[in-house]
Amino acid sequence: MELYTLTASEMHELLKTKKASSVEITNSVIGRIDDVDATIGSFLSSTFDSALDTAKTVDEKIARNEKIAPLAGIPMAVKDNMCTKGVKTTCASRMLENYIPMYDADVVAKLKKADVPILGKVNMDEFAMGSSTETSYFKKTRNPHNIERIPGGSSGGSAAAVCADEAVYALGSDTGGSIRQPSSHCGVVGLKPTYGVVSRFGLVAFASSLDQIGPITKNVADCAKVMDLIAGHDEKDSTSFNIDYPNYSANLIPDAKGLKIGVPREYMGKGISEDVSAVIKNVIKQYEDMGAIVEETSLPLTDYYLAAYYIIACAEASSNLARYDGIKYGYRTKDFSDLTDLYKKTRSEGFGDEVKRRIILGTYVLSSGYYDAYYKKAQQVRTIIRNGFSDELDKYDLLLTPVTPDVAFKFGEKSSDPITMYLEDICTVSINIAGVPAISVPCGVNRENLPIGVQLIGKHFGEPTLLRAAYAFEQSGFFTPQKPQIKSVKGSK
Amino acid sequence: MKTVITEEDVRYVANLAKLHVPDGQINALTKQMADIVALADKLSDVDTSGIEPTNHVIPVNNVFREDEVRPSYPRDEMLANAPMSSAGCYFVPYTFDE
Repeated sequence: MELYTLTASEMHELLKTKKASSVEITNSVIGRIDDVDATIGSFLSSTFDSALDTAKTVDEKIARNEKIAPLAGIPMAVKDNMCTKGVKTTCASRMLENYIPMYDADVVAKLKKADVPILGKVNMDEFAMGSSTETSYFKKTRNPHNIERIPGGSSGGSAAAVCADEAVYALGSDTGGSIRQPSSHCGVVGLKPTYGVVSRFGLVAFASSLDQIGPITKNVADCAKVMDLIAGHDEKDSTSFNIDYPNYSANLIPDAKGLKIGVPREYMGKGISEDVSAVIKNVIKQYEDMGAIVEETSLPLTDYYLAAYYIIACAEASSNLARYDGIKYGYRTKDFSDLTDLYKKTRSEGFGDEVKRRIILGTYVLSSGYYDAYYKKAQQVRTIIRNGFSDELDKYDLLLTPVTPDVAFKFGEKSSDPITMYLEDICTVSINIAGVPAISVPCGVNRENLPIGVQLIGKHFGEPTLLRAAYAFEQSGFFTPQKPQIKSVKGSK
Repeated sequence: MKTVITEEDVRYVANLAKLHVPDGQINALTKQMADIVALADKLSDVDTSGIEPTNHVIPVNNVFREDEVRPSYPRDEMLANAPMSSAGCYFVPYTFDE
């Protein structure tokens, strides 16, 4: 068994019992990246030297019999929209191709404080806008289960890296499904926490009222461990919640008995593929067998989710991305006649097509004469959607749905028509609109052996219940994810 | 409600957003924007009379702190990311006519 295949929990045991050192573990994962990343394409930049320095520090602490943090010495990857001091943070955009932050995102500072070796920054859709990682300015990331297919997005590099054992875990960000959808497509665990639970300080903003950072991991226990590290109040993020945060790992029990689970019927109907539908029905039966009480239920306005989501997300994006003007940092065009020309050329050359589309839509819905009809209307619909989730989550401990209508698609299959691509997020966007937490857990494969995930949705701050339900399912043995077979092309770089 | 999106509209909004749309792309972009706005138009079916808009999903209040002096980021490091700088300042084209 190669070290890189292990989970964070297993690695922590090896470190504690001195059966493996952090340097050995980190080198094993770096070797894996050298072997497979030419094929998979997860990483945009690597920081192996500093990762190994951190690993050495951890090994010295272990040698001195000091207690180490649960994730200390276990190497991971960070999505390239979280600021890393002195290391390029590009958002997979030409606009930020050479941007080197002078500070760490709060989550990155927490990783460093906990002696976590950071392997590098991973690919994503440009400014997190997309569902396939195809809008990255730099490169394609391939699904490790089938390299002809997309890994999902926007956190495609994070999910592919964890799936391919190129990182023990990764951080992603989720504005409308960007952690859960790639996790589902790659057969790994991904959690979008409650809005306000993880600091957004140093996360490059896309849609500020929807964005949230979260873990992508090999299993549920690791997911809880990462939450233990990254959740918490941060005074630098004014939307961060100042409450007592639970110990997520301590609450993990493999028991779903008595949990009340609602299955909104709108999510199981038209548009959901036959294979996904069949697998999710078996998952429901499994929960019943484990002693959960499962009922069919209903959520309001599901046909309007995408409309409300794209109006709100694009409006916020158009405002957030106004800062890229070629003055203080980022790309600047070479030839310009005056200041306006500088702005226009800089932004037109620096942003890709999908980002520009969303900025234009966002500007449109916020412009004079359309604000009430679109933006205010969407915010009102948001109230109805949020209340709908609150009502259902008063009745049930959690809701259960598919993560995506179908498995990972082929490159280019949906990129010509924006609406077709947006439909990929039909099951996930409402969770961000409501601000509740949701987790994607691997639960099966389709007839082509491609991963399928189930989405569990919880109450605000209901992560402990979500994690417990996910853990119980995983431990039941209903489904054991298989490692992908990736052909090594070592030395071809 | 069915909103008609014209090439003029797209050029007007792109200009507001300080984006340039090349002539060769305006046709395709207008069609895409029309499709997306048609999706957005669906919301007019929903009765929202008397419903308060949600700006934030969980009640968020202003967060205040004492206004105390703290160290700022080093100027040289900040300027290192600027496309052009000169004499410790950002370098920009003329902003006002002479």
